[in-house]
Amino acid sequence: MWKFTVRRLLISAPQILLLSIIIFWLAKQMPGDALTGLIDPNISAERKEEMREQLGLNNPWYIQYKDWLAGAVQGDFGESFRYKMDVSELVWQRIVNTFWLSLVSVFFIYAIGLPLGIISGRYNDKLIDQLITGYTYIGFATPIFIFGLVSLWVFGFMLGWFPTGGSVEPGLEPGTLEYILSKLQHLLLPSLAIALIGTVGTVQYLRSEIIDTKQKDFILTARAKGAPERRVYNKHIFRNSILPIAAFFGYEIVNLINGTIFIEQIFAYPGMGNLFIESILQRDFSVVTALVLITGVGAIVGALLSDIILSIVDPRIRIK
Amino acid sequence: MSNPLLEIKNLKTSFRIGEEYYAAVDDVSLTVNENEVLAIVGESGSGKSALAFSVMGLHNRAKIEGEILFKGNDIANLPPKKLNKIRGKELSMIFQDPLTALNPLMEVGRQIDEVLFLHNSKLPKAKRKEYIVELLERVEIPRPEHVYNQFPHELSGGMRQRVIIAIAIANQPELLIADEPTTALDVTIQAQILDLIRELKNDLNSGVILITHDLGVVAEMADRVAVMYAGQIVEVADVDMLFNNPQHPYTRSLLSSIPLLEDEQDRLHVIHGIVPSLKNLPREGCRFSARMPWIDDDVHEEHPELHEISPGHFVRCTCYKHFYFPEENKEDQSHDITQS
Repeated sequence: MWKFTVRRLLISAPQILLLSIIIFWLAKQMPGDALTGLIDPNISAERKEEMREQLGLNNPWYIQYKDWLAGAVQGDFGESFRYKMDVSELVWQRIVNTFWLSLVSVFFIYAIGLPLGIISGRYNDKLIDQLITGYTYIGFATPIFIFGLVSLWVFGFMLGWFPTGGSVEPGLEPGTLEYILSKLQHLLLPSLAIALIGTVGTVQYLRSEIIDTKQKDFILTARAKGAPERRVYNKHIFRNSILPIAAFFGYEIVNLINGTIFIEQIFAYPGMGNLFIESILQRDFSVVTALVLITGVGAIVGALLSDIILSIVDPRIRIK
Repeated sequence: MSNPLLEIKNLKTSFRIGEEYYAAVDDVSLTVNENEVLAIVGESGSGKSALAFSVMGLHNRAKIEGEILFKGNDIANLPPKKLNKIRGKELSMIFQDPLTALNPLMEVGRQIDEVLFLHNSKLPKAKRKEYIVELLERVEIPRPEHVYNQFPHELSGGMRQRVIIAIAIANQPELLIADEPTTALDVTIQAQILDLIRELKNDLNSGVILITHDLGVVAEMADRVAVMYAGQIVEVADVDMLFNNPQHPYTRSLLSSIPLLEDEQDRLHVIHGIVPSLKNLPREGCRFSARMPWIDDDVHEEHPELHEISPGHFVRCTCYKHFYFPEENKEDQSHDITQS
């Protein structure tokens, strides 16, 4: 178990390093630099060249990369020209919001997906399964930004049940109960929108796994032991069917990042995704680079998490 | 003789294909006594596993008609709650493929523990563990304490089959159904497993239904033999009688297809054709007639019945009196039968 985790961690390190090189190189390919847009137009070309030299912009890319990496490792991603503050500080605020949104979304994804998948798989081809499967097809076919917009319009605008933007009611003292409740209220609609669409894969996956496991020989063994149906499902079928879902957990996080980009934009939720789109539109490159790197690291960590979870739940994967 | 342990009367197990039901087991009557091994032989698809599953109540969506009297009580179509009281306790089963019959995510010890716990939850856990280690020793698994915590994938096929046997005998069943217990194992392991089953049977004084298509296994293990073809029993006899004096054309064909060391045959006898599929089973007349076309149609009964030709020796259909093997040179014609 530990050996496996350590080995898996060792593989992740070069992955992250490679990712950072690619991101840095791509950022350098973008036209312009800090001295082309954001500068007093009266400054002479010689002075600009001097500043370039000072800022190290004339160095070969690998020297620049080394400097950038040295900063990044210490949490210094430079400064956002739009917000006039440290990228790390800016991003941190947003990450916290996105973290909560993702956490609540993940909760709903499994709170909705697991029971539906289990029912659907257990009573396959019965009416209840057909209804659930129908829902998953609709879910697969509906783009998340359309669904987000419609639910915002119906539940936020028309019915007025939920706030239509922001992450918290302004003017509340952080730490108070009202503040936390307000945060939750702002989270509910966007995370439900993400979960209702995002969970259909889990439902379908679990359904087919259960149908598959139901026909395995060891289920016959369990029945022949005299195990009641409930036990056969809980102890034998469900546990074996959940493996790929557990394995998918890490990748679910990556999917969530993609999902939240749209949803945050639609719900004007001040999270990472929202910041990401704004920064691209504003050409705020230091922020974009930092966010791409964080997202990428998130994906790698997600995959790592998946593998570790799988090695916990499936004894066949553990390395001796 | 006392009451038989298991008495199957006119059992008919049907499966639905599309709109209609097709019988995989058709009008089977059998008895198994205490401390007796009844072998059920037949080709794949002859309905022998379907018969065993009917007794265990393991069919999911089958229609079961007739009676299955276990110690005098009818257990056919028993509601699951009642069935689960005897399954795993008085009635247990050894499955064909040890590689797939164990839950891959559960330690071996816990899988044996489950069957104890289900039927004897009052026994404290420590006692159960003690007993499981004894059981593992009983089925000749080396280092039982270690194996207790191992997962199925860490054991060989033969070891896994021993674990399955340990599960089956954990509650000292009165009837043990072994569905091709050695088919998936290699020959040396086969002999060990068969020895083990026989020993356990003698220890527990239980009845055994041994399902197999291996006549060598039958000769080794069985007291009585029932030969199945196309869902029906075509011959029942004591093992000696069946091997020395087989009567039904199917039994004779089966026995003559065993290679013998002393005979220098150029080619083995084959039974022409294949077992018809469930949907295409002949429902009328002698079901084996299609596979011996050289025999005159008139010799078959219209509704073949089991005839007791000597005490305890039953044969279905009167055609057995007129059966003979075809000449070797008719081989070419018979190929046409296989293809048609």
